[in-house]
Amino acid sequence: MRLPRFAILLCALACLSLLAGRPALAVDPTALANPALQARYLALTHELRCVVCQGETIADSNAWLASDLRRQVRELLVAGKSDDDIRGYMVARYGNYILLKPPFSLRTAWLWLAPGVLLIIGALVALRIVRQRSAMVAQDTEPLEEEVRS
Amino acid sequence: MARFLIPLGVFVALAIVLGVAIKHSPDKENIASPLIGKPTPQFALPDLSEPSKTITTNDLKGHWYVLNVWGTWCVTCRAEHPMLLEAARQGIVPIIGLNWRDDDDEARAWLNKLGNPYALVIVDREGRTAIDLGIYKAPESFLVNPQGVIVYKQVGEITPEVWQKEFVARIKGTTAGKS
Repeated sequence: MRLPRFAILLCALACLSLLAGRPALAVDPTALANPALQARYLALTHELRCVVCQGETIADSNAWLASDLRRQVRELLVAGKSDDDIRGYMVARYGNYILLKPPFSLRTAWLWLAPGVLLIIGALVALRIVRQRSAMVAQDTEPLEEEVRS
Repeated sequence: MARFLIPLGVFVALAIVLGVAIKHSPDKENIASPLIGKPTPQFALPDLSEPSKTITTNDLKGHWYVLNVWGTWCVTCRAEHPMLLEAARQGIVPIIGLNWRDDDDEARAWLNKLGNPYALVIVDREGRTAIDLGIYKAPESFLVNPQGVIVYKQVGEITPEVWQKEFVARIKGTTAGKS
């Protein structure tokens, strides 16, 4: 009796997590009249973090702070501001945290460089292992045949 | 032995890096405000008690004040309210309320019912000034010095400890120490 209940609970939790992970669609019914501006609007709102809702962009969030921020982006675009002006406007108020893609600076350098460095380290390690193995093969071919067979 | 030491070393290094990163990651409760040390953003907002009257940033300049962002929809604001009443009773610094995205009648009813700690309440119904202030959740409170510069920002409830340490100490520290 205990186990099925637990299973049901797990199932329910899995379903809930699926629902929670689904991005909210079409938060903005009205598009900007100018298609070029609308494209920039969409790009920008996907770059800005909805500060109250953590992982979401302001484009995906239904929170009213996100809708206020979208309104601001729209108005600044219509007023002829550049994308950088708008990013700067947001950062001046909310800090770099509002940018989902953090800018490259001394403080964030490790963040940007770490994947590359790790990849190089991994490649070097792999190369060393391959070299060692082939050296072993060159020394003696007998064990290789055994290895292949087993 | 060395075969195991290398992965172990990598694991320990990774654990340290991630541990430090988690410790220093921006706390969702308190994103450092870029406005600290900067002049209070310009605004011109109606007075809650007299909506035909407009209050601007310059009207508030010349003395210390606390700008407290609140709304009747905000649960933590209700929890904070008794502390604000106590702070107002102490009379050290006036508290200016910024009523954020709220209904004027409900805001007035709230103050009538729970008591009014504010020297003045300004109304930001569209949330524009809130964006200029980098507000993302209520309550948030700014401490502004007589030059109109933001000295401190509290995100979330002002507890008695925060009130003493971050607000009162800062006001008393500068007024007693330097001038």
